[in-house]
Amino acid sequence: MSSAPSTPAPAPSAGAPATPSGAPAATGSPFADVTASDAALRRYLHGLPGVDAVGLEARAAALGTRSIKTTAKAYAIDLAISMIDLTTLEGADTPGKVRSLCAKGISPDPTDRTAPKVAAICVYPDMVATAREALAGSGIHVASVATAFPAGRTALPVKLADTRDAVAAGADEIDMVIDRGAFLAGRYMAVFEEIRAVREACVRPDGSAAHLKVIFENGELSTYDNIRRASWLAMLAGADFIKTSTGKVAVNATPPNTLLMLEAVRDFRAATGTQIGVKPAGGIRTSKDAIKYLVLVNETAGANWLSPDWFRFGASSLLNDLLMQRQKLSTGRYSGPDYVTVD
Amino acid sequence: MSDTPKATAGRAAPRLGVLKTYKLYIGGKFPRSESGRVYEVTDSKGNWLAHAPLSSRKDARDAVAAARKAFGGWSGATAYNRGQILYRVAEMLEGRRDQFTAEVVAAEGVARGKAAARVDAAIDRWVWYAGWSDKIAQVAGGANPVAGPYFNLSSPEPTGVVAVLAPQESSFLGLVSVLAPVIVTGNTAVLVPSEERPLPALSLSEVLATSDLPGGVVNVLSGRTSELGTPLAAHQDVNAIDLTGAGPELARDLEIAAADNLKRVLRPAPSEDWAADPGTGRLLPFLETKTVWHPVGT
Amino acid sequence: MTRETPQVTGGTGAAAGTGPAKAFAYAPAPESRAIVDIAPSYGLFVDGEFRDASDGKVFKTVSPASEEVLSEVAQASAEDVDTAVRAARAAHAEWAALPGAERAKYLFRIARIVQERARELAVLETLDNGKPIRETRDADLPLIAAHFFYYAGWADKLPHAGFGPDPRPLGVAAQVIPWNFPLLMLAWKIAPALATGNTVVLKPAETTPLSALFFADICRQAGLPRGVVNIVTGAGPTGAALVAHPDVDKVAFTGSTAVGKEIARTVAGTRKRLTLELGGKGANIVFDDAPIDQAVEGIVNGIYFNGGQVCCAGSRLLVQESVQDELLDALKRRLATLRIGDPLDKNTDVGAINSAEQLARITELTRAGEAEGAERWSPACELPSTGYWFAPTVFTNVTQAHRIAREEIFGPVLSVLTFRTPDEAVAKANNTPYGLSAGVWTEKGSRILKMAQQLRAGVIWSNTFNKFDPTSPFGGYQESGFGREGGRHGLEAYLDV
Repeated sequence: MSSAPSTPAPAPSAGAPATPSGAPAATGSPFADVTASDAALRRYLHGLPGVDAVGLEARAAALGTRSIKTTAKAYAIDLAISMIDLTTLEGADTPGKVRSLCAKGISPDPTDRTAPKVAAICVYPDMVATAREALAGSGIHVASVATAFPAGRTALPVKLADTRDAVAAGADEIDMVIDRGAFLAGRYMAVFEEIRAVREACVRPDGSAAHLKVIFENGELSTYDNIRRASWLAMLAGADFIKTSTGKVAVNATPPNTLLMLEAVRDFRAATGTQIGVKPAGGIRTSKDAIKYLVLVNETAGANWLSPDWFRFGASSLLNDLLMQRQKLSTGRYSGPDYVTVD
Repeated sequence: MSDTPKATAGRAAPRLGVLKTYKLYIGGKFPRSESGRVYEVTDSKGNWLAHAPLSSRKDARDAVAAARKAFGGWSGATAYNRGQILYRVAEMLEGRRDQFTAEVVAAEGVARGKAAARVDAAIDRWVWYAGWSDKIAQVAGGANPVAGPYFNLSSPEPTGVVAVLAPQESSFLGLVSVLAPVIVTGNTAVLVPSEERPLPALSLSEVLATSDLPGGVVNVLSGRTSELGTPLAAHQDVNAIDLTGAGPELARDLEIAAADNLKRVLRPAPSEDWAADPGTGRLLPFLETKTVWHPVGT
Repeated sequence: MTRETPQVTGGTGAAAGTGPAKAFAYAPAPESRAIVDIAPSYGLFVDGEFRDASDGKVFKTVSPASEEVLSEVAQASAEDVDTAVRAARAAHAEWAALPGAERAKYLFRIARIVQERARELAVLETLDNGKPIRETRDADLPLIAAHFFYYAGWADKLPHAGFGPDPRPLGVAAQVIPWNFPLLMLAWKIAPALATGNTVVLKPAETTPLSALFFADICRQAGLPRGVVNIVTGAGPTGAALVAHPDVDKVAFTGSTAVGKEIARTVAGTRKRLTLELGGKGANIVFDDAPIDQAVEGIVNGIYFNGGQVCCAGSRLLVQESVQDELLDALKRRLATLRIGDPLDKNTDVGAINSAEQLARITELTRAGEAEGAERWSPACELPSTGYWFAPTVFTNVTQAHRIAREEIFGPVLSVLTFRTPDEAVAKANNTPYGLSAGVWTEKGSRILKMAQQLRAGVIWSNTFNKFDPTSPFGGYQESGFGREGGRHGLEAYLDV
């Protein structure tokens, strides 16, 4: 029974040179041999410490009882707004819908210009150009789902073309889905190679690359042990972010599964010095919930992750609830849905 | 029940009471019978009391579906939670003692004092069963000292969906005595109340609906015992049947029908004293014993 | 391997290692004290009413977090104890003769009133005991209500409990409880005693008398017949007078092993039945295949819950050598996030030590730990300037020979020992005169069960720790005491069987 090495490595200093994308681990890294073969990868992932479901859920629930008031609440609300990937992923999306969402992201509260901007607007690949144009000069990123989101059930060349299209249209960030079928069938190397290939497809002609968020669809992985394995698999394959869910299945982000992923990025940084971001998505609708997630971040991965660089919320209706809470804090009155914009 | 209080001031006309429309209780809602039928319910002297829905076999089918749907959540709730909810039912009944006393007087034709005693006994019976929720496992289950390196534990688990034919005579105390033991352990119930005295049971559903009992855990179908017993006894998604309210002949027919999917059957007793200490005799027939083995070693 | 950093909106793009613009500091979130109304003084609760001590003596109870005097409480003399025992005796015949269903309904009422007054009682307990409101609100009070609820249901089912067709109560129970879970220990004592038809005289601990006196008011609200529950407040001499009283039929004590032995000698040769819940030195055993993150939580819960002032605390961590470093790193990282301070703040994880006396004992034992060569570590934390405080502490390089591995510290102090094989873990865990609790952490089911079989302790927690439930019997082996509280087994202590 081996377990993840835990010798803390120094965190890279700001401006550390980036290695060319693709290589999962430099030679000499503790993980060089882990991805050498399907068997080695399986042994490694199954050697990670197990997760006791009851204990994990109890810890998440206990952190959920933290009481965040006054100044802490004001800080948390603004931080949460700045971490939102404001999302529209509907078959019915139109350029008009995307443009109005972008306007909302740039200026969430038209009555209060001090409200922070969101981190990104998240759309389907064919809406990237529209979003890119609408967000010009705002500094807000365009995130695109790709790889035949949400099911991912298509051939690899199609997934890669999907990714390249989105990047060519101007996506700053790509949210890919892993092949849950392959993962559940135990074909970990296939999942690993696919993430690597998508990562390659994120590279632009000038050598820069769109950031890659890897979606596990935790609801389909079903066990916490699987979520821990998927986290390490994606981090080893070169994910910039690991993301809970598509938002399209019954069980999406939950405090326990997000807590588990926060433990994984914490341990990965301790082992490699590389920091990976986390994005819970789906079903996070209230300020109260969002603040619970920030408490999870604060007390699990730590303050280093409390920024939009390292933590995002995939959400659509959350923003208005945060804005109403924000208005309540500034005016002392409870706000109502008619005092925030519907886009 | 319509009570016309005496006029108090001057010579005002006596106030006309508001009559209640009795309905079924299925899946937490109060529908009329899908058949659109009702039948007359009279008191012991033959005076008209109300109409009760005359349930059809389709109502029975709907009730079984509702009971099945509720089974996962109810059997999965903690025993403590089930006990709390049943105790809450007793609290709600306490506030309606007068109403149920009047209904028992009308249904059973007994004096008010006697009816009140039966209602009180019924409420206490609820409390008694509420307390069993988190104790029956220690009385009916336990560790087994097997001759080998195994951890071996037997625990009772609820049987599933139970059809309950309530006693015909005791419209409330008897009703409570057959219903509470079925649901306290995590079963869900399709209850057929006394054919001629169904009103206390239909009023009981109003109490259940306001006691945090999840919809579908208890479903109440007034009507003909034989008409409803037959499809329930034959239904393949019913796991057990309590035949208390069936006469000997009907009971035998239903027991034969129940054999098709090997339902657990509780036969009617020749005579049952509803005031006596009930013991565990109505809890155990609707429990399965699950035994878990696990090797012991390092 | 490093990755480039996504650019933040309008930001400069922090790199790994640089923190956020500001730390996420939790603002104070105090639970309001307004919900509880503490009178300036309280009498004894005897025969259904509050009365002063026969000699007028009183003592003060203070809030350990601030040393603020909360109230003055009557100090029961031997004469007062006698009066209380007489009241309990006088009430007994009628109480025992009540149909079980009627006794059940009184207990159900008490359970419901406890639920209704839960927040008030939680604040009171936090003030008087010093433990965090998070614990009183989320652990103590729900368990207290559940305990009354559970035993209420036994009152009318005693013939089914396996103790014969018509088990009888013992009579008058003398109950002495500790300060670490004042109201929960009261519930553990009073609920089964009343359910089985006994009447009680209960003495709460000297430093935490208030919640028992509030409970007396709950008995009044529930309409409990007078004399069924009597509360006598006081210190050691009051307790000694109570257990020595010739007219008590039953003695139940929770507290230190030293006092427990004293009581055992006192009741020797009498008809009095005795149950004792005493100290412990629980081993929390972590194997190399444990779910590490949850094991860390279990260790924290095992020794810092209620500041380690718990008889069944996991005060000895036995860790398999191969995971020692990994586990200790994770544990220390986790301890750095513990929040110590105002117990009424809803975000406080670790509260005050209950008394100056207890603080002195913890301090003395930890000094011995250092002097004997163990390595001491605490997370950086600021302790309040008033009140009784002790920082969460971990001792590594501890051996079986150290005092801190053998003696019960009853504070937030963890002693870490290592082992190599399951047999060694069992041998070390069992190498103690105590035997109350043990924890086992491994993902291998058969190993859990084998360890559970071999460990000599009354409660074995596998992949969890410090879990309690009214249906589940609790109690110790060896010098941790005898008798069980909770579950069907908990009835036996109060029945003439």
